[in-house]
Amino acid sequence: MTSPAVEVRDLVMRYGATTAVDCLSLDVQPGTITAILGPNGAGKTTTIETCEGFRAPQSGTVRVLGLDPFVDATALRPRVGVMLQSGGAWSGSRAEEMLRHIASLHAHPLDVPSLVERLGLGSSGRTPYRRMSGGQQQRLSLAMAVVGRPELLFLDEPTAGLDPQARRATWDLVSELRDVGATVVLTTHFMDEAEALSDVVHIVDAGQVISSGTPAELATSGARNTIRFTARPGLDMPALMAALPHGTKAEESPTGRYVVSGDVDPTLLSTLTAWFATQDVLVDSLLVERQTLEDRFLDLTGRALR
Amino acid sequence: MTSHATTAATAPLDLTPRPGAAPTRQMLRAQSVMELRLLSRNGEQLLLTLVIPVLLLVMGTRSTDIVDLGEGRAIDIITPGVLALAVLSASFTSLAIATGFERRYGVIKRLGASPLPRWGLLLGKITAVLVVEAVQIVLLCGVGLALGWEPSGGVGAALWLLVLVALGTAAFGALGLLIAGTLRAEATLAVANLVYVLLLVGGGLIVPLSRYPDSAQKILELLPSGALGEGLRAAFDGGGPGLLPVVVLAVWALVAGLLTSRTFRWE
Repeated sequence: MTSPAVEVRDLVMRYGATTAVDCLSLDVQPGTITAILGPNGAGKTTTIETCEGFRAPQSGTVRVLGLDPFVDATALRPRVGVMLQSGGAWSGSRAEEMLRHIASLHAHPLDVPSLVERLGLGSSGRTPYRRMSGGQQQRLSLAMAVVGRPELLFLDEPTAGLDPQARRATWDLVSELRDVGATVVLTTHFMDEAEALSDVVHIVDAGQVISSGTPAELATSGARNTIRFTARPGLDMPALMAALPHGTKAEESPTGRYVVSGDVDPTLLSTLTAWFATQDVLVDSLLVERQTLEDRFLDLTGRALR
Repeated sequence: MTSHATTAATAPLDLTPRPGAAPTRQMLRAQSVMELRLLSRNGEQLLLTLVIPVLLLVMGTRSTDIVDLGEGRAIDIITPGVLALAVLSASFTSLAIATGFERRYGVIKRLGASPLPRWGLLLGKITAVLVVEAVQIVLLCGVGLALGWEPSGGVGAALWLLVLVALGTAAFGALGLLIAGTLRAEATLAVANLVYVLLLVGGGLIVPLSRYPDSAQKILELLPSGALGEGLRAAFDGGGPGLLPVVVLAVWALVAGLLTSRTFRWE
């Protein structure tokens, strides 16, 4: 296994009496898209900005590409692309002008007109930054993170405020970056984004990583998956449970409607349908309900508004 | 995720990582050019740094109707004063407002994440201020001479001009960054403009210190505005400014510079 592109160990960051990050640890493997998913105020931005070298860890360690981002900032900055959560351009600057400026600070920048076209920034023309739409500002911010051809990118809420088309274009660009060898770390509070885009998700709440894994692993780890079917009333539930793998539950409730819950996988489904055949049962309907990442996220972080 | 074709017809974009910082000289040039370009597009800044000083200079030829500048030809007294005002507007007010809004818009933070070193960011600002001041000095001296200004002191006075402008820029620039680096952008805007107006009216910039009450003179000659205004008037008077204005400006530059380097917040 290669050494991680980003390694955060027991990071603690406090602002006055508030503990924003509370002993947080996570790894990011090179060449992956890693999502840091969490509700507002979970500590995502503080974590990512510490990785970007904006502040020193108050406790714990952070290594980025094997270096200390605060101490070795000069060596790291050319290698790391940063998209801030908001702002980052002169209020009077135009999109292409701003992008050209950031490009001119790098040795081998992307072709600016191509990038402008790719992200649909041409339409903003001579509009100063302060009068661009939120979506245009976001796309410019993404372009500024990408233009220096970094090997590692930190994107803080890259699709916040984007319309569906721009969101999809952002996803495409981020996937492409990963496919050509870059490492991407992004924060989001959109479950579908983490699910669709990332190889690894770290769910963060109250300054800690509370769960990590691939989106699929996280979604299934809660074991709230069920199969519902309707059939003639009075099927023999103890016999069904005996036929199914250990730990699977089956019950009839109400009459004629059945729920099987447990580790729902193809084997379980085929065992179930095989049992139907032996019992000469033709089900009227059968529905596999798998927990989504969103269910898991809400399970883990609670449903209270913050 | 289901992959799908990108529908927009884009030029091929090779996203393969190829990181690296541009050569330092290229970064510094780009940063200075960008600062100047934004400045030249900003109407309020141009009004403050060029239009108002020129207007004051033109009005100064009729100054006896407005304010008594004391003995001597009005144009000879007011031209050095307006040069001092020009330095204040470029190195203090304009710099503070621009930097305050850069902080507000996250520009300084964004550039802090780029390969541009922080001293490069500062150097870009200094270069932009110096270029603006060069334009101001050429323009104001030209207008002054056209209006009948007769500077004495020759080459010595010109050298004093350079020394005093450099020291004044350092003192006012450090004070401007001190405000911009600690206050919110709106507060910076208000304070920078207020200080400009107060020093213009009563800071010893344009009206010679001899026209102020004795007690006020003692204070004003220790302010950077009084030191710069009085120093420039003395330089073009032919007599030379003496040591006091030089020391006063240097001390202000040093103290404000130290405070700024300790308190400036980049975000």
